[in-house]
Amino acid sequence: MAKYIVKRIGLAIVTIWVVATLTFFLMNFVPGGPFLSEKAVSPKAMAALEEKYGLDKPLWEQYVTYMTDALHGDFGASLKQRGRTVMSIITSKFPVSARVGGLAVLAAFCIGVPLGCFSAMNRGKALDSFIIVVATFGIAVPSFVVGTVLMYVFSVRLGWVSSLGLKNWTNYILPVTALAFYPTAYITRLMRSSMLDVLGQDYMRTARAKGLNQIISLFKHALRNAILPVVTYMGPLLAYTVTGSFIVEKIFTIPGLGGEFIGSISNRDYTVIMGTTIFLASLIVLMNVVVDIAYKLIDPRIKLK
Amino acid sequence: MKKKVISMLLAAAMTVSMVSGTVLTVAAEETGKELSVQVGPNPETIDPALNSAVDGGNMLLHAFECLLTVDQEGKIAPGQAESWEVDEEDGLTWTFHLRDGLKWSDGSDLTANDFVYSWRRVCDPEVAAPYAETVLGMVKGFDEAIDGNLEALAVTAVDDKTLQVELSAPCTYFDSLAAFATLSPVQEATVEANGEAWAIDAATYVSNGPFYVTEWVPDSYILMSKNPYYWNADAIKLGSIRWNLIEDSNAAYSAYQNGEVLMIKDVPTEEIPSLEGNEEFHVEPIIGTYYISYNDQVEPFNNPLVRKALNLAIDREYVANTLMQGTYSPATNFMGPGWKDTDGTDFCEKANGGQPYLSATADIEGAKAALAEAGYPDGEGLPVLHYSTNDAGYHKVVAEYLQQAWKEIGVDLEVEIVEWSSFTPQRRAGDYEIARNGWVGDYSDPSNMLDLLYSSNGNNDGKYASEEYDAAMDIARSTIDVAERSAALHQAEDIMMADSACCPLAYYNDFWLQSPKITGAWHSAYGYWHFMYADIAE
Repeated sequence: MAKYIVKRIGLAIVTIWVVATLTFFLMNFVPGGPFLSEKAVSPKAMAALEEKYGLDKPLWEQYVTYMTDALHGDFGASLKQRGRTVMSIITSKFPVSARVGGLAVLAAFCIGVPLGCFSAMNRGKALDSFIIVVATFGIAVPSFVVGTVLMYVFSVRLGWVSSLGLKNWTNYILPVTALAFYPTAYITRLMRSSMLDVLGQDYMRTARAKGLNQIISLFKHALRNAILPVVTYMGPLLAYTVTGSFIVEKIFTIPGLGGEFIGSISNRDYTVIMGTTIFLASLIVLMNVVVDIAYKLIDPRIKLK
Repeated sequence: MKKKVISMLLAAAMTVSMVSGTVLTVAAEETGKELSVQVGPNPETIDPALNSAVDGGNMLLHAFECLLTVDQEGKIAPGQAESWEVDEEDGLTWTFHLRDGLKWSDGSDLTANDFVYSWRRVCDPEVAAPYAETVLGMVKGFDEAIDGNLEALAVTAVDDKTLQVELSAPCTYFDSLAAFATLSPVQEATVEANGEAWAIDAATYVSNGPFYVTEWVPDSYILMSKNPYYWNADAIKLGSIRWNLIEDSNAAYSAYQNGEVLMIKDVPTEEIPSLEGNEEFHVEPIIGTYYISYNDQVEPFNNPLVRKALNLAIDREYVANTLMQGTYSPATNFMGPGWKDTDGTDFCEKANGGQPYLSATADIEGAKAALAEAGYPDGEGLPVLHYSTNDAGYHKVVAEYLQQAWKEIGVDLEVEIVEWSSFTPQRRAGDYEIARNGWVGDYSDPSNMLDLLYSSNGNNDGKYASEEYDAAMDIARSTIDVAERSAALHQAEDIMMADSACCPLAYYNDFWLQSPKITGAWHSAYGYWHFMYADIAE
């Protein structure tokens, strides 16, 4: 397995390099620049700014400089939020997004998996149909609708929780719910169909025939096999969710990383675009490796090569 | 055993870094009342030299104080300087006398030398301040200073309490600039010790205004507390101001509805019809105009008659009051209310002999006649025209309206929606036919907006070039005779309106929700809210 991990890390580095290179050139080919505003900045000020940040150099030179610095762990300073480094933006905002997103994924997993199992065990019964309807609804309704409705009901109408920021634990309830809505529904459905598949297998019939307790057979024998598709989904889900949702963060005024992804692109804040992209890419690659290892642990028949 | 490992692994993966990070700190203990407001999202910067945005400017207004200030009536009033005078002969030497015992928010003394340092810093190419030329371009030695020789800037501290500025050309509105946030004093010690990062951390953010920053959580809030060292601290009633950095207007509206904030600038436009007549909903003008630029150098827009026809075909009343729900006012001049004439009255009162240049409603007959005179009767022979805009606010509905309005005189229009970051450079490069445009004044002297049509101005997006116009603006720039200057400025507006150099559509207003509990606050034509002397009624 060590060999496998080394290989995967090597591959990961190549992947991240490709992503970084593509992003670097793509963002520079898009029209616009970081120092634009409705009102024109005087040519002298513009020249001074470009010189300060090295944007007056040829693109390939900028690329080499950036990559060299990045390899040394220097992701530069934000071009728009003067005085802030890209690292400080990520390290101050990622924990906020990670807390909200991590809780949402945890909730989705803890609710979605049992719900899916439950649904599969009661296949065709009213409870199953009910869960399916709710899950379909959850998949169809986007997070900004859920977020807005939650905010309107619990914050504006009922006044139970504050709608601003993350002052105490109650502030987490609404955004976490909004974020967890879709993945919970998705995991429920994934778990249900995968569980149905497993329940139809011969060994499950044998277990039942032997008179094993239904709950024990479900958790000891079925779950381990049925959960694999959910684990596959968890990797990218986790990576995306802990890095923040632009929309949910806007609705609940959460100072997370999600806003930086979108904001940096529309601001053409080149260094922040690069930093956040490399960060997200690394996280996704890492999660995929974790998922692969989790596979191996869940199902020893899987060989990691 | 294995199952345990798996569950631990999953749990570890899911909580990756949930454990890290600090819990957001709740505001430190304050004395006095805290006012919670929203005037915009997270400012990019609150460094006076670097800021170029209105929301950032609004924060600076409370954290800093310039030599002069703008009072509730829009007049220039004493600030850190208690008096000032200008050499009457040539209008080139301005002298400011500072108050006694001025202090920074850290308690150290503030002297005229601090202004010298700060103003030089604005010119520093290393700082690359976007407003350097606007606020100091007329000061002697500016050109050398902007190239790096900062000592060349003719700003001197005669003594600790006297600041003298020598101009290279007269600037009758230099008092407005002395009240402009870019020229706020910054403390040399903290700036030199911390570099650009001095302005992102409350601990190093030393200021001299009625409030000082005690906490800034980006994208969440900026907390300012009363500055006990401010010269007029006795008049400050609030203990602190919390600027909620909310980007989403619906979020702002929710926070207002449940009473968490007492004032919000970003009101969702879809709520406006339901707010009409509500005493908490305010609409007030700011100096600025929403207008359309024609690319005056390309056919058919190089023909003033075509521009005139297009200008006349628009029902500005409908645009401002129906399409824009009354959040704008119909623009019948280029220069709207709030711009100050040289005698301090509203510039538009005397414009065009007191008459509006354009009718608020459409003049279809006049438009058709102009189009025919231009050689395109009923639009025959005109190609399909293209209108470029970004998609924000009312831009798209205005574009659709233009299509419909110009159709009536036989002009076909295609609308191109361009992303904002691409739109601005495209418009500046003249890579368009007709484009949305707009300007909000930095200070209330009319030259601030009339300069837009000066042939060599960097913001002259329409590439309007008129020798007559330039000549009138040159007079306005060089004379110190107020009557002559006023006449020249009015003449300039007459020329550009007669030429239909661009198409004024609507004057900007600010519209906001404010609880009646807030007393003593006011909104200025510059688009700022002044809360420094505010209080909260119980």
